[in-house]
Amino acid sequence: MFRYIIRRILQFIPVLLAVTFFTFVMMRAIPGGPFDFAGDRSLPPQVVANLNARYHLDWPMWKQFLSYVVGDEMLGEEGSSRGLIRGDLGLSLRYRGQSVNDIIATTLPVSAQLGFMALLLALFIGIPMGTIAALKQNTWIDYTSTFAAVAFLSIPNLVLAPILIWIFALKLGWFPVATWGAKPPYLWGFLPSLEQMNIDYFKHAVLPVFALGTSSAAGIARLTRASLLQVVNEDYIRTARSKGLRERTVIIVHALKNSLIPVVTIIGPAFAALVTGTFVVELIFGLNGMGKHFVNSIGNRDYSIITGVTLLYAIVLVIANLLVDISYAWLDPRIRFD
Amino acid sequence: MAVEDLAQEMDAIVRKERSLWAESFNRLFKNKLAVISGFFIIALVIVAIFAEFFAPYHYAEQDLLANSAIPEWMLFLLPEGAENYARISEAYPLAADNLGRDILSRTIYGARVSLAVAFVGSAVSLMVGIIYGMISGYSGGRIDSIMMRVVDFLYAFPFLVVVILLQTYFKAIARRGGGSGIGLVFINMNNEMGGMLFLFIAIGLINWLGMARIARGQVLSFKKKEFVEAARAVGANDTRILVKHLFPNILGPLVVAETLAIPGYIFTEAFLSFIGLGVDAPTASWGIMISDAVQGLRSYPNQVLVPAIALSLTTLAFNFLGDGLRDAFDPRQKR
Repeated sequence: MFRYIIRRILQFIPVLLAVTFFTFVMMRAIPGGPFDFAGDRSLPPQVVANLNARYHLDWPMWKQFLSYVVGDEMLGEEGSSRGLIRGDLGLSLRYRGQSVNDIIATTLPVSAQLGFMALLLALFIGIPMGTIAALKQNTWIDYTSTFAAVAFLSIPNLVLAPILIWIFALKLGWFPVATWGAKPPYLWGFLPSLEQMNIDYFKHAVLPVFALGTSSAAGIARLTRASLLQVVNEDYIRTARSKGLRERTVIIVHALKNSLIPVVTIIGPAFAALVTGTFVVELIFGLNGMGKHFVNSIGNRDYSIITGVTLLYAIVLVIANLLVDISYAWLDPRIRFD
Repeated sequence: MAVEDLAQEMDAIVRKERSLWAESFNRLFKNKLAVISGFFIIALVIVAIFAEFFAPYHYAEQDLLANSAIPEWMLFLLPEGAENYARISEAYPLAADNLGRDILSRTIYGARVSLAVAFVGSAVSLMVGIIYGMISGYSGGRIDSIMMRVVDFLYAFPFLVVVILLQTYFKAIARRGGGSGIGLVFINMNNEMGGMLFLFIAIGLINWLGMARIARGQVLSFKKKEFVEAARAVGANDTRILVKHLFPNILGPLVVAETLAIPGYIFTEAFLSFIGLGVDAPTASWGIMISDAVQGLRSYPNQVLVPAIALSLTTLAFNFLGDGLRDAFDPRQKR
């Protein structure tokens, strides 16, 4: 198991390098640079040339990439880049004097808290709902929840977010419209500090979390139902029943654990959907998260932010997939990695 | 009497021997939700094709003096005190947007973009995925493992980020214009289609991965079957076996998976348009309409509602149809 994890982590390295290289080259291939301003705000050519020289944008592409990955020192050049290998994501081209690391350190916690709460919501609504639907198969409870699941799966967060704002923030006034409840400094770098974790924080979080998490909850509910219905017909469930175990024990201990295997498989993609869903939710709710910065930086051609944030997303995704694979082994002892 | 009995018996036998596909379609037609969804999608396709006929206005036609005009019956949607600022006009059946363009007409024209992305995006991903997956699964051995390594490798890329980058690139290239040869042809085509062509390419290019995996798995499960052996025994070459014998057998699960993937394409288009990387203005798309309307959500929530309902109903229909297809074509999965 341990060797399997090590091997997987080593396999990440070429993937992450490829993602970085693709983003790095792609961004620089797009017409228009970070210092192009239209009309009156345009910079004189000498200034642009100086800026390009400061950020090494006048170097050949391979040299820029090497400088980004291993740092200027190793290339024997003067420069600020300490290199990806030392965890330096470079300087932002548009936010003068801020490094990409700083920007991520302030914006990632918001996105992470949002995404984490949405995932919890998806699990804590999805799994019970799917279980109940399966246990009450072919009753109105089943039909209603199955229909509701498909309906919520079909409503994109792009639609859900403005409608939730309209109904619960503007019409009813139950929740605030915009902004996130927690501000830096964060606990352990990403959690809201304890004095900020009050009712107000959660009031700010309710609408964005629901806008982000409901479709994942619906997907998980559907899958839990289908999977549980299949498991309930297995022989070992009949055995458990015939031993005289209580129905609740049979369902929770024997059936549910095994039915969760397909559910775990969807958590990986669901997690990816949550990560990307944060783009929309952060933009609509005006949250100062990483997704919003990413989208804005595309228009700004802020190469360093785009590359850094893309790399971070890729890291999150590969780790999520690895965790999914590891949890298989825990849920189904027949699966062994070596 | 005896002859009639025999005829009846024969009839029963004939009925039993209907093809697998006919059986599947029979099961599909028994699923009311799937049938209704199918009809909804067909109706939507017709409306989209003949948008000029159905829409009261052109999608780009604007009357700045009628910006955010709203018919009287919709007033209840606006916040309290709206009588003081709302411009009431019956000229626009479902109100006008902040530039004075008819929302109903733009929603009708917007169906073109969403449906085009749904069908062309899935055609691209199906085509690439099937060819890649079938070659990989049929070749087996080293070629198979290399080809699948490539797919696994690409799977690790954050999909939406890649689409965003591709689309930024395509749009910037298109805006710059110029170019030569095949590039110029594509750019001109894209401009004529209101920026849709590159959207198709970006979305289709990413989604073939899943299709390739399914196609490969299907080919692996069928290629050792007797009918393939039989075809080979009578001298069919590899191409013929792939196209004539394997392809019809693996198509079912792929169509089902593709139908269930369509809502994702529609979401992606709406999302890209929302962040300004979708179709070019003034082409109407539901994503752009929602994006425009969100700016004025506080005063005119009605403007977000119409494209939002259209978008949700369409994806709902594709989801129900996909579920119905899955139950019909893969009865083992039905529970």
